[in-house]
Parts: sequence; C-alpha cells; structure tokens
Amino acid sequence: MTAQLVLFGILAAIAVVCGICMVLADNPVRSALFLVLVLFSVALLFLSLHAVFIAAVQIIVYAGAIMVLFIFVIMLLNLGTPERVVDRLKPQQPISVLAAIGVILVLAFVIASVPVKPQMLPETIVGPSEIGLSLFTADWLFPFEVVSILLLVAAVGAVMLAKKRI
Amino acid sequence: MIESIPLDYYLILSAILFTIGVVGVLIKRNPIVIFICVELMLNAVNLTFVAFSRYKSDLGGQMMVIFVMAVAAAEVAVGLGILVSIFRNRTSISVDEIDLMKG
Repeated sequence: MTAQLVLFGILAAIAVVCGICMVLADNPVRSALFLVLVLFSVALLFLSLHAVFIAAVQIIVYAGAIMVLFIFVIMLLNLGTPERVVDRLKPQQPISVLAAIGVILVLAFVIASVPVKPQMLPETIVGPSEIGLSLFTADWLFPFEVVSILLLVAAVGAVMLAKKRI
Repeated sequence: MIESIPLDYYLILSAILFTIGVVGVLIKRNPIVIFICVELMLNAVNLTFVAFSRYKSDLGGQMMVIFVMAVAAAEVAVGLGILVSIFRNRTSISVDEIDLMKG
C-alpha cells in the first residue's frame, strides 16, 4: 500500500511538473519532448492500474508514432525558433488562469460526486488476450470496424491535403 | 483481493493534467503546441478511463482508450496535414493570422 502510494506520488509529480514545463516552454521542440516524458509517466501509471496492454500501446503509438509525426512537422516547417510566432494576445493569459480555475472547480465537483469507491480490488492483469477477446468477439466489434474506416479516411485525407496538385 | 490506493488520487491527477492542457490551448499561439496540449488532455481522459476500468472491474474503459488513441492518431494526421498546407500558402502559421473562416 505505502510502496504503491510512493510510486504513484513520484509518477504524478513527474507528470504534473513536465506538463507545466510543456506549457511554459517557448520552443515547440521542448514542448514535444516534455510531452514524451508525460506520456511515459502516464504509461507507468497505466501499469500501476494493471493495464499492461494499454501501457504498451501508449508507448508504441503515442510516444513512438504520434510524437515522431510532431517532431517531423516541427522540423519541416522550421518552427524550432520561438520568434517565428508572435503573441498578439497577451491579455488573454490572466483570463486563461481564471478559466483554468473554473475548469478545475467543475472537475473537483464531479470527482466529489463519484459514487463507486472500492478499496479492495481483484488481482487481475488485463493483457492482450483479454483485450483481443473483448475487441473481436463481444460488443466492441462494430466500433472497431468503424474506427478502421475512420483511420482510412484520415490517411486518404492527409494525403489529399499534402499533395500540391491532385 | 489486494488493497490499493484510492480512486480519487487518479481522478485528481487526471483533472490537473487536463487543466494544464486547457491552459496550454488558451495561452499558446503556435498551432503545433496547441495540438500537443490537446494530446495532453486526451491522455488525462485516458487515465480516467483506465482508472474507472480498474476500479469497476469493467473492460469497457480500456476499449474506449484504444478508440481514443485511434481517433487521436487520425486527428493528428489530418491536423498536421492542414498545417503543412497552410504553411505552403503563407510563411507564418500563428493562429492569430489564420482567420480566413472568421464570419
């Protein structure tokens, strides 16, 4: 229990500090790399919730594929220098702090009203076989097919957007 | 059955991460950094899904995380394609200057 709590504290601190650094960094490349750290600590939190498959997918898909795409576009558009983007809406920043306080108050209200709070949990580990059985046989087969069509549409759309002349 | 840390801790952590993402979307002017902050918000929601999936012993939450990841990948692919095609027509991509669809 206490070891779990210490581990959770360390991972949560890494995630929050890296998230704040990500927002405060001027350089987009640094923001992207701080996001990688957040993604890794969230993956370890998934492991602490016994979601082995989701943790692996998080690292492979997010920290692997999506972040490579981000870094690649930053390098391609030469956005690494912060002065390329001029901020003309400085007064927006204090207002956004107020908005953040509003969001966190709403979320705190929602968290306080969560009814299900068990303390003792079964020792089941959700691996690829459970995920696969649920995804391909049970209720989730139709959403899976729909998402496959969505990914196809996104791939075709990205190609159409990036081509100069079709 | 093993004892575990309270569900609230995970929910509070993901609420904080989500709020950091909201602040980033509000104060950043670089569309790529805005995309990065949206990814952080999606990850906070994923953490909530997995925490509820564990504490309710229901696999549905983890299924939703897989679908959220697929939608995020599609969103990033299309969004970055749009950014590249905007950058081809004008040299700057500050969100203040992209007001073509403003009414």
